[in-house]
Amino acid sequence: MIARDVTLARLRAALAAAPPTPVRHRPGHRRQGELPPGDPELVDLLAERLTDYRAQVYRATGAAVADTVAGILAAEGATAVVVPPGLPADWRPGGIEVVVDDDLSADRLAELDAVVTAAAVAVAETGTIVLDAAADQGRRIISLLPDRHVCVVRPEQVVATVPEALARLTPGHPLTWISGPSATSDIELNRVEGVHGPRRLHVVLTDG
Amino acid sequence: MTETFLGLPATAPPGVGHLRGDEPFPVAARRALADPQLRRNLRHATGTIRAKSSAVISEVPDWPELRAAGRAIKSDTMARLPELLEQLEAAVTAAGGTVHWATDAVEANRIVTDLVRATGADRVMKVKSMATQEIGLNEALEAAGIEPVETDLAELIVQLGRDRPSHILVPAIHRNRAEIREVFLREMPGVDPALTDEPAALAAAARRHLRATFLSTKVAVSGANFAVAETGTLAVVESEGNGRMCLTLPETLITVMGIEKVIPTWDDLGVFLQLLPRASTGERMNPYTSMWTGVTPGDGPQQVHLVLLDNGRSAVLADEVGRQVLHCIRCSACLNVCPVYERTGGHAYGSVYPGPIGAVLSPQLTGVADNASLPYASSLCGACFDACPVMIDIPSVLVHLRARHVAERRAAHRMPSAEAVAMAAAAYTMDHPRLYAAAQRAAGLGRIAGRALPPPLNGWTASRDMPAAPPQTFRQWWSERRRDDRP
Repeated sequence: MIARDVTLARLRAALAAAPPTPVRHRPGHRRQGELPPGDPELVDLLAERLTDYRAQVYRATGAAVADTVAGILAAEGATAVVVPPGLPADWRPGGIEVVVDDDLSADRLAELDAVVTAAAVAVAETGTIVLDAAADQGRRIISLLPDRHVCVVRPEQVVATVPEALARLTPGHPLTWISGPSATSDIELNRVEGVHGPRRLHVVLTDG
Repeated sequence: MTETFLGLPATAPPGVGHLRGDEPFPVAARRALADPQLRRNLRHATGTIRAKSSAVISEVPDWPELRAAGRAIKSDTMARLPELLEQLEAAVTAAGGTVHWATDAVEANRIVTDLVRATGADRVMKVKSMATQEIGLNEALEAAGIEPVETDLAELIVQLGRDRPSHILVPAIHRNRAEIREVFLREMPGVDPALTDEPAALAAAARRHLRATFLSTKVAVSGANFAVAETGTLAVVESEGNGRMCLTLPETLITVMGIEKVIPTWDDLGVFLQLLPRASTGERMNPYTSMWTGVTPGDGPQQVHLVLLDNGRSAVLADEVGRQVLHCIRCSACLNVCPVYERTGGHAYGSVYPGPIGAVLSPQLTGVADNASLPYASSLCGACFDACPVMIDIPSVLVHLRARHVAERRAAHRMPSAEAVAMAAAAYTMDHPRLYAAAQRAAGLGRIAGRALPPPLNGWTASRDMPAAPPQTFRQWWSERRRDDRP
């Protein structure tokens, strides 16, 4: 407790010695894009930005999600996929072993080839999907250890800007903002995809 | 309790840790300048990042407004720092986390070491963090028999190569792919001897090397990019997924954060999450950002600690001009645009904080006397100010610190320096027109003397050429012109 009180006392003394001018007005900045959430042009922009950062993007009608996901997993050669307990039943792919996460161990999850989740919100301008650990997205670990992540995004979840996304999210939830597959710029500042997180990110954009 | 603090000194003590170099900047810089490979690596890397960054910044219609908002939020934060830290502490505690306070590096290292020991672990995995670099946490852990494993690719390259970081964002920026391959072949156990120097192959080697560590290590240590006072939410911005691994897989998570990283509200994140990736890696958004608020039952670490680090920051806050340096979000844009950094690299700055921001942060954290050469490690060109996403006026702080250095030296030495004598003589001469004219004629004779000054003023010309005096002074030209033009 001493360190706490010493630090706070030092900070108060520092401010008292040279009182700063209080900031009464904060300059405004753009909070919303020109297009409303879910606008087809916004969904197109999200697709373009995701592709630019090497995510694979697919379009599917609501009824065709399961088939589209199954096709992606087959093309990847995946044999077992983990899904969160709340993934909509009609999104579950056929023709592959589907493991529902039931507090699976890290070692077990690391053996699985792929994961399928929903998203909480997506930011078109930055090409970002955000997971908030709701029942259709699951624990953070399940979208981290499998090497391929398939994420299904509904049009009404697509917003233009980062501030719009923050306004939709609940701060207390564990949040993961994902913009393309795992990457690094550490070697000569060139972006290389595929380090520790899923090396392949597939995003399925539904029509409703 | 209260009586303990009545005797507190008005000025907070300087920070300790990896903030001081072994030699002054000019000495270290001269050696770096003699390394052509280093200069090639730096020129290539900084050139690449500048181009990427300006391309994605030009996409943002309100970039100037965002920068101004970033500055205003940080100014507001600093003005209310004690209250915001108390608010943060309360929010983190309410969410199931434990908050610790460290007045300096020694205390922070002791807190972390004790927390790791209490878990029984003898190894921790680390997410890249400037705060833990600053306090020398790895050395402290090793001394306590605990193995720290750096998981960020660049930090891993530095750790395996027993090297020192040279850039805030990309600590191995001074190494090219061929050099990195050599480090991996030499130091990475079980590495494929046929490893090529393709960046993708090098990244894959790091993935294989660290996979078992991620799955088996019970304790992780991270830094934090932002901490939201109103919600108790901490955020780590990263690229590779090593951060997600460290923040998700272990049983215990210890975050060490400089006290200036707090921001007031959740809404404020919207400004910094737009500014940081575009200014730092030149991306619209970095691949992964993780946010956590205390403990989430059944998801991620169940023991969550936050260590709030002062280590000289309260002393910086006391300086009316210098305190804006606490606004820094560690994007490293100022390094990438700095003509001095591009030529010398980060090691020449001695401290873990290199480049323009290091030249204004390190001397303030340690006291100017301990890093006296850094405020001069700049041509004051101002590119850093233009690039800074939170508009820190680095050139003005550099000049301010130079003045502080001169004033402190004057107070410490009764004997004035050669520079001070020369400046006083110049001031006197300029005040007396006849003396000034005579001095200018004398300077003309200097055309014969060459480009270096004689001792004791030769220090001035050691790193610059003495400009040649013109054959004719303005006064001479003016008086001749008036004679010729006279009607």
